[in-house]
Amino acid sequence: MPLVEGGRIVEDRYLHLADDAAIPHRVPVIVSAQRFLSEADDLIRRDGSLGVAWPNDRRVAELKPWLGHLALIALHFPKFRDGRAYSQARLIRETYGFRGTLRATGDVLRDQFHFLARAGFDSFEVKKPADARVFAEVVARFSAYYQPGADGRPVARQRRVQKAAGTSETV
Amino acid sequence: MYVYDAFDRTLVAERVAEFRDQVARRLSGELTEDEFKPLRLMNGVYLQLHAYMLRIAIPYGTLSSAQLRMLAQVARQYDRGYGHFTTRQNIQFHWIKLAQLPDAMAELAGVGLHGMQTSGNNVRNITTDQWAGVAPDEIEDPRVFAEVIRQHVTLHPEFSFMPRKFKIAVGTSSHDRAALRIHDLALRLHRDGAGQAGFEVMVGGGLGRTPYLAQTIKPFLRKRDVLSYVEAVLRTYNQFGRRDNIWKARIKILVHDLGPQAFAKEVEAEWQNIKDGPLALDDAAVADIAGRFRYPDYEELDDNPPALAAARRAERRFDAWLGNCVANHKVPGYAIVTASLKPEGGTPGDATAAQMDAIAGLAERYSFGEIRVGHEQNLVLPHVAQRDLSALWRELDAIGVALPNIGLVSDIISCPGLDYCSLANARSIPIAQEITRRFRDLDLQRDLGRLHVNISGCINACGHHHVGHIGILGVDKNGEEFYQITLGGKADENATLGVLIGPAVPYAQVADVVEDIAAAYLELRQRPDELFIDTVKRTGIEPFRERVYAAR
Amino acid sequence: MTSPLDQKKIKVTGPVVVTANRVGDGAVVYLDADGGWTDELAAAAIVTDAGGAQRLMTAALDDDLNAVGPYIAPVTLSPQGEVRPGNLREMIRRGGPTIALPPALAALPQRDRRMREHVLAQA
Repeated sequence: MPLVEGGRIVEDRYLHLADDAAIPHRVPVIVSAQRFLSEADDLIRRDGSLGVAWPNDRRVAELKPWLGHLALIALHFPKFRDGRAYSQARLIRETYGFRGTLRATGDVLRDQFHFLARAGFDSFEVKKPADARVFAEVVARFSAYYQPGADGRPVARQRRVQKAAGTSETV
Repeated sequence: MYVYDAFDRTLVAERVAEFRDQVARRLSGELTEDEFKPLRLMNGVYLQLHAYMLRIAIPYGTLSSAQLRMLAQVARQYDRGYGHFTTRQNIQFHWIKLAQLPDAMAELAGVGLHGMQTSGNNVRNITTDQWAGVAPDEIEDPRVFAEVIRQHVTLHPEFSFMPRKFKIAVGTSSHDRAALRIHDLALRLHRDGAGQAGFEVMVGGGLGRTPYLAQTIKPFLRKRDVLSYVEAVLRTYNQFGRRDNIWKARIKILVHDLGPQAFAKEVEAEWQNIKDGPLALDDAAVADIAGRFRYPDYEELDDNPPALAAARRAERRFDAWLGNCVANHKVPGYAIVTASLKPEGGTPGDATAAQMDAIAGLAERYSFGEIRVGHEQNLVLPHVAQRDLSALWRELDAIGVALPNIGLVSDIISCPGLDYCSLANARSIPIAQEITRRFRDLDLQRDLGRLHVNISGCINACGHHHVGHIGILGVDKNGEEFYQITLGGKADENATLGVLIGPAVPYAQVADVVEDIAAAYLELRQRPDELFIDTVKRTGIEPFRERVYAAR
Repeated sequence: MTSPLDQKKIKVTGPVVVTANRVGDGAVVYLDADGGWTDELAAAAIVTDAGGAQRLMTAALDDDLNAVGPYIAPVTLSPQGEVRPGNLREMIRRGGPTIALPPALAALPQRDRRMREHVLAQA
């Protein structure tokens, strides 16, 4: 599954660690939630970026105390129709202010790219290579959104105020 | 009514372009049906028994003449010349071809109409009272907040893949014409003790397999907080609503399982985090949207102009129509006109392209170019000068939408049923048609008085049968169509679920049963003006049950 | 009729066909003996056992490009061998709604008011 970050297909720097695998140093790793919670103290003290793969049926509030030590949080879409991770992402990104990498994994398809980006994801394990290749084009397709999102794009009210003040481009 | 600005138009146009691309990818095989289905549902495209069905949103039931004309145009060009107005103030076209959909949608987008979120597990059309903005008993126009919320939840990145659909209604009168308590979330605008306007928030209503009435979780929410609070409710639902069983996935199940207090506590905790963030509504935010609402430039007129009284004396049929189809308006000299889409032998809620065009023209001449769609599946002309009523009546009569049966037994609310819908167990439309034939005598209908009959062709309850005075639910018994009958349901501020009166009856007997129930009422009522629903409440269902099942 | 979309286990107690909706226009179609789709019930492949039905379903499900939502539907065979829909739902799918649609009104030219009234009186 190609990984897309910054609008391009990139190599995954992170090693996905099985629960019983030894933890290497100075290598970015992603561990399961289970492992993370049982070995948190050791994991955060190690030398190397730390990521956790969090299930979509568990409150992300449990991660709050650790956010400063996490470089990456991977959230999961078992089926693209199961949208729980969108709420998880927004809580992590907006309510808790997490600045690290927020990765979407699982059934990640082209037609959800812009929802994912606006929910705060900035790293995408895309299911289909063909979808990964058009990521940048798809995400740029829409200029108009009503509600504030995590991608920082101006929303309806801002655009209208700008327009009224004569400071925006023509819509 | 709300007028789109360039921003609104751009949003819809970009989504039409996206859908065009998705349709192309479906037709080429790049998208499987499994992948395409949620995408088409998000644009209101269903697959029914015979064809695709396109459901177009009519936000809070308000249409301009130009929009109604375009719906007629779509009916003619892409469908079979008619459309069906639904119990959620939307319109459906039953004969759409997938390949033509992007073109149809592009034309609709040109007048600010779309099918976004009329299906799928997202927030659906926000409905309100079809008399919003003109009813004498409302405190302010609820449609402004309906629009504020509509924009917020449209293509919301977090709430497009919820456990199930989510239906919101906004109301404001003490007399609830929006059926608030059968909604997932209902907001009732009212004044507190200090005279400040705010919202009572109710959650967890819904019909279907497990019907519930919504419960109040916040008696008074300031206007400033309505968006953040709605967000908190949706976020709670999105995270914790059940996803293991489609019949247990609505918010009503979550509210019931947690209990309303525990649910409210979850919402409150989330809301505290976000209430002072970007979703807090200042006056400017509301004014921005309210500013695009156009209101009629009413003349200064007197009530009951002499010509009106003369017309009433001159034409008995006009007088009858006036007494039934015309309601008081908050502005003196004006009136609210309801056009019945329930002709004898007709399909409840259907209108032909010709009728739509004609009504659009009448709205332009007599109603400041505005039409409303009610959840009872009739149309409303909300701004008619009383002096014009006689002339308007003549024209409505000419196109067959002036039957004075509003609120009477032949003003049936019905889903399309097995004639169209792939979810149905039984037909509903022929049942409705036969009932209208049995009660064709208007004098009998008037004698029976207000009597709401609701018909659903399956347990999904799109006909709202649970809250009908007489509710009829189609079921499948060994391959045959049978119908359960309930009595005593109410959809208003005293919302009540109807009670089953006995075993299901076969297709051929349903109209007979309704006649028996009506006859029983006439015998049981204490006074001619005791309403059917009040008689049922007083006597209970037992005497009706006896009457219906005595010979069956 | 309880939606056959809820079908889980294949149970065949008489002659059946596989039916679906055509992707392009949503029209009702039936799987034929060549694995293609026909809108004529008379040309549909008929099987009488679960194995046959399973085979047809597999072929149908594979053809996601052309047909949507295939399922097994009962048919009845007259003594003359004429195939008919096996329940009300299939009758309606094949024959259309059991109620009159208003084509006459739809075709009406806008100008002709008297004609419109006349037609409306008929409906």
